[in-house]
Amino acid sequence: MILFQDVTHDYGGGPLFQGVSLKLEAGSFHFLTGPSGAGKSTFLKLCYGELLPSSGSVSIMGTDLRTMSRDQLAAARQRVGIVHQDCRFLDHLGVAQNVALPMTATERPLPESDLEDLLSWVGLADRAAALPPTLSGGERQRAALARAVIVAPNLLLADEPTGNLDWEMSQRLLLLMVELNRMGTAVLIATHDLNLIRFAKAHVNARVLRIAGRKLAVAGSDL
Amino acid sequence: MSARAISDLVVPQGGQSVWLVTLSAAAMGFLAVFALALAVSAAGLARGWSAQLAQTATIRISAPPAEIEQQIAIVLDVLRTTPGITEARLLGEEEQGALLEAWLGPDLPLDVLPLPRLIELTETAEGPDRQGLRLRLSAEAPGAVYDDHTRWRRPLVQAAARMQVLAVVALGLIGLVMSAVITLAASASLASNGQVVAVLRLVGARDRFIARAFVRSISRRAFLGATAGTLAALALFWALPDLGGPLEPVAGFGFRGRSWLLPLLIPPLATVLAWLASLATAYHVLRRVT
Repeated sequence: MILFQDVTHDYGGGPLFQGVSLKLEAGSFHFLTGPSGAGKSTFLKLCYGELLPSSGSVSIMGTDLRTMSRDQLAAARQRVGIVHQDCRFLDHLGVAQNVALPMTATERPLPESDLEDLLSWVGLADRAAALPPTLSGGERQRAALARAVIVAPNLLLADEPTGNLDWEMSQRLLLLMVELNRMGTAVLIATHDLNLIRFAKAHVNARVLRIAGRKLAVAGSDL
Repeated sequence: MSARAISDLVVPQGGQSVWLVTLSAAAMGFLAVFALALAVSAAGLARGWSAQLAQTATIRISAPPAEIEQQIAIVLDVLRTTPGITEARLLGEEEQGALLEAWLGPDLPLDVLPLPRLIELTETAEGPDRQGLRLRLSAEAPGAVYDDHTRWRRPLVQAAARMQVLAVVALGLIGLVMSAVITLAASASLASNGQVVAVLRLVGARDRFIARAFVRSISRRAFLGATAGTLAALALFWALPDLGGPLEPVAGFGFRGRSWLLPLLIPPLATVLAWLASLATAYHVLRRVT
């Protein structure tokens, strides 16, 4: 699904991480942890091609990012659900239109009932017409997650998806991701929340990766 | 919601670039109607002058009063026997007075002025042997001068043709300026909507979809602006007074009959121009943005 080979990334002030090699298999479930600024968000951006590695190679669905055409990259992203840390919505469209965007912008049909079900599931049924700037932090994260999963992606990448949610909603959304994983979606979640990781491990066989000191490693089994 | 409907929605409908497109399209549409009117009028003038002056000629006879009638008879006789002339008609004094009245006023004392007499000729398509006719006239009626209108017709038709060229150049310049403004507006629109582009890229939208969203938004504005400008200019032409009469050839600036339909082509043409300019710009900008 995603293959990192000896990847180094450098924004110009020295490498953020280097020599990272990793394979995310289809149907796998990973958490990515590490201190702030270690490069978790950068790692996720490399996974969906928003950034290119400074050296080494990243392959998505079997194709090297560097050799992908713009249309190929778009096609790859249609199979990837992304929950950005800052959510990124079209602020002039309502929640329902934002959530449906991955389908409509790629000209795929979306039954109205599916959209309503999904909005109900994330607790936003009564906020379907609300504009993103009027949403609370938690509502934005739920809407972003709904938008990421609406395409039934092969890979779900989430950057702190429960950062602004209460524990009950965090558990609920995590269980949605676990459910997707059981249906074959590979999941990679960047998070600081160790409780969330422990909760997930009770429901799914998750590996925990840790970025620290410019290296990526599998975290200890105590988590 | 259909992809086309959502593509209409993804670009915010406000913003300076949107108004820039609308206003420039309105101004260009307004000016294009005037340029088109100039082209149509010039073509009409060229056709009219050419048709009115072609296959006609005039013979002017100047002679002392005692000889004038004799010379007229000689000239008419020469003309009857000249191949290439279908009709020769002596203008009456009232007709000559009417011709002069347009330029010199109604109070002209024709009876005391020694005016030459005029014979109006209608020629066949091939016309007479003009050089031979002139020689015969100079030999048989020395006061008669044959004028085939060439020296009047040629500069008039040339002037009308140049006006037409001028109008076409003006139309071209208007199109060029409009393309440039829309290119700038499309660039500005894409730059100011970087967040929209980023989100669409994030959800896997192809460049074609993103470009279409911007192009449709800009083209729609160009159509609305050009329609408003065109209608405003047409209303102005409609309200122009019809001078008619002897000033018709020079005062008839505007549209006549079916030519009123021509300006209706301006909004769709402006839309096509906007579509092409914004499409090229959108792809150019999107290629530079990751």
